[in-house]
Amino acid sequence: MLNSPRTPNLAAMFPDLHPPFDVRQATLEAHRCLNCFDAPCTGACPTHIDVPRFIKKIGSGNVTGSAHAILEANVLGASCSRVCPVEVLCEGACVMHGRGEKAIEIGRLQRFAMETYYDAGGMIPLRSRRERPERIACIGAGPASLACAAELRQHGFGVTIFDKRPLPGGLNTYGVAEYKLRSGDSLREVEMVRSLGVQFVEREIEAAAMDRLEEEFDAVFLGVGLGEMNRLQVEGSATAVVDALEFIASYKTGVLTRSPARVVVIGAGNTAIDAACAAKRLGAESSRILYRRRQEQMPAFAFEYDHALREGVTFLWETAPIGLREANGVLELECVQMAAGEDGTLRQLPDSQFSILCDLVIPAIGQSPLLAMLEQVRGVTLDRGRVWINRATGQTSNPRYFAGGDCVNGGREVVDAVADGKRAALGIAAMLGAETETRIG
Amino acid sequence: MADLKTNFAGIECPNPFWLASAPPTNCGEQVMRAFDAGWGGAVWKTIGEPIVNVTSRYSSVDWAGQRMMGLNNIELISDRPIDVNLREIAEVKKRYPGHAVIASLMVESKREAWHEIVKRAEGAGADGLELNFGCPHGMSERGMGSAVGQVPEYAQMITEWAKEAAQTPVLVKLTPNITDIRTVARAAKRAGADGLSAINTINSITGIDLDTFEPRPNVDGKSSHGGYCGPAVKPIALNMVQQVNSDFQDGPPLPMSGIGGVGTWRDAVEFMLLGCGTVQVCTAAMHFGYRIVEDMIDGLSNWMDAKSFLSVEQFRGRSLPRITEWKHLNLNYKIVAHIDEALCIGCELCHIACWDGAHQCIHVDRVSGPVDGHVEVHAKPHTYGSDTITVTRIPKLDPPKQHIGPYKTSLERIPRVDETECVGCNLCSLICPVDQCITMVERDTGLAPETWSKRTESNAECAPPQKVAT
Repeated sequence: MLNSPRTPNLAAMFPDLHPPFDVRQATLEAHRCLNCFDAPCTGACPTHIDVPRFIKKIGSGNVTGSAHAILEANVLGASCSRVCPVEVLCEGACVMHGRGEKAIEIGRLQRFAMETYYDAGGMIPLRSRRERPERIACIGAGPASLACAAELRQHGFGVTIFDKRPLPGGLNTYGVAEYKLRSGDSLREVEMVRSLGVQFVEREIEAAAMDRLEEEFDAVFLGVGLGEMNRLQVEGSATAVVDALEFIASYKTGVLTRSPARVVVIGAGNTAIDAACAAKRLGAESSRILYRRRQEQMPAFAFEYDHALREGVTFLWETAPIGLREANGVLELECVQMAAGEDGTLRQLPDSQFSILCDLVIPAIGQSPLLAMLEQVRGVTLDRGRVWINRATGQTSNPRYFAGGDCVNGGREVVDAVADGKRAALGIAAMLGAETETRIG
Repeated sequence: MADLKTNFAGIECPNPFWLASAPPTNCGEQVMRAFDAGWGGAVWKTIGEPIVNVTSRYSSVDWAGQRMMGLNNIELISDRPIDVNLREIAEVKKRYPGHAVIASLMVESKREAWHEIVKRAEGAGADGLELNFGCPHGMSERGMGSAVGQVPEYAQMITEWAKEAAQTPVLVKLTPNITDIRTVARAAKRAGADGLSAINTINSITGIDLDTFEPRPNVDGKSSHGGYCGPAVKPIALNMVQQVNSDFQDGPPLPMSGIGGVGTWRDAVEFMLLGCGTVQVCTAAMHFGYRIVEDMIDGLSNWMDAKSFLSVEQFRGRSLPRITEWKHLNLNYKIVAHIDEALCIGCELCHIACWDGAHQCIHVDRVSGPVDGHVEVHAKPHTYGSDTITVTRIPKLDPPKQHIGPYKTSLERIPRVDETECVGCNLCSLICPVDQCITMVERDTGLAPETWSKRTESNAECAPPQKVAT
């Protein structure tokens, strides 16, 4: 398991941000749901989980049926219940807002249903035992591929998932803040998908290997996600620079157990906030986020920002790093004040340079597309670095290739990847002549 | 300033709130604490030859996550010796002379037995007597309680026996477990009873454990039907109380002490508007303790002050004339549902309730426009196919959300009432989760009031079919 003895107190340092409901709390909250007709929460969910349906099943004490209703629409219902930005999805659409009341806690209810079900030994229900001869390869073992593979298995196709990392799950396993989703929870969900008969192979698929895959498999799903995080473009260099995803993966896998004292995170997206908060929890005295624009332009969700403030993270707005020096193990990050013109273009303010002394710099300025690999996949068209697909079927410009998740959408949420993966699976099944139900919710 | 002092069938008390004969009035210590809390009277836990009880004794029905919508019990009458109960009654009356202590009585159906218990209770200082003809479990199997209350002749006979010996007012407590509660009320009138109390508990089985298949309350794997009470029974109690209080057969209605689901002053006022002079409370006191009476007194006084009533007598029975037979209701009165668009939150519950459960007049077509045709087919809820794509909105990547205008939800989610089809049934306004969002508004039909009774008098065609002699 990931939570190795090297980090015995990982759970203590990263307790659940939103503690789970107990039965009574879940029942009460389920009863608070109005059971809207044609509910807006269902429409707002990228996987269109029938939210009132699963919630009312909790209220009636039918947790098994509740979990089945969730899994029917979203095979990664357990991790989505923990990582989804519900404030901008289902809960954001809840009609309770119109009554001036707190939205139904859909995420926590979903987590209650899924965890109660899995804790009791529940599995993903198999819809059919029929086997089909066709085989599909999924590249990448993240949420998009897992969702695609699970749906394909439900239609009886043979599925193999390839991933270069030792543990499947992609960012769910390696990249989500531990107080939202523990790696162990991600891996349990992977095991559920494996139990449907999906094969997992640890192997990096280079573009050159695609020819062989094409011979072996009837279709290929690209769920490769994004590539390396963008490098900091500053004068000078230092050793104590670790990108945000690597930082997060390090503490989740037990490689990193303590943070250096003074941490500076560059960028103000959701991943930057995950890293900055993690640094605080790992013992950093200070954790500062530098962002070159103003708070209003911050790409992170507002609730993530609020959370960072509660964790003790501080923000420096309109600040950009321009140089980095290292002396006696201390980093000196040279910064400059920025200002945006009318059209949004940034310029440095004259004579505004200043230095920040710190012990670790964490760039969190986005991931680059996997251009080197994707550009070599025959017949697959890219659009601004993203794989072009037919949105309804997931099919790329090469009919045998399908794609979904971050490599298509440029980096969104787990639930978007799940929706992409499932749509692509239905697209593949339709292409291979399987009868499919087009309803995905 | 409202004066709550009450004289009920000759029994004086500081206010009309009495504790019903039940566990909260089991002993003198309890009753004295209840009086300290403010209760105006207490009907003692039924006194008779001591019985043996079982464990467990109570079970309840929870609803929508709330505890105890209804309570059920299989407890019998007092398990304490008669002389202990009577000694404590005497002690309570000595310390609380201004409060009402009513002795609830149940003994075997023998004249001497009733004479004796009546005299002993009055000797202890009871201000009045309540004959327990209602207890539906256990005692009824031994020919007492509801076994008496379900047979008007028995009820009349025993009431007569009690009256032969009684110097204080005699109240008869009626069981609801009977086809027409008025028959026993009339029997009590004929026997010379001074007042009535209603209703006793309703026969019930509250539930069954789905793992063990044991009914509740569980007594070593078995159960027995028990008496149901609490908030769930109030509407049934109000109806029965009204039936009795509007009944003039065998004499004018007797003073009525209302029982059944009273938990707040509002409940009490409703019983009083239907003619009750006092109310009796049990379940709410078992749930929250004697302290609930403070708000009952306070709330009733404030309501009376707001309505300028000086005493309960000024409004007691005021709603009785408004309850009539169906055939006397105005057929030409028309109301229709009105949805306040500014308050609607878009849950569409009114739409589906009207469509599935009522008269198909609430549409979700403000944006799409009305669907024509002789038979309009109800649109199914959204189906989400592969082509319905929703993504997580990311401020940097996505345009801001469309503004929903002056409403709390998008216009397409606000239902529309087709007034020509609306029958004014109320259902939508009952289920709407927003106060005042759906109101029922009167529409002038231009027709004079007309009842079914009048219409069938004047128009033979509408008359119900007459039996034809063959």
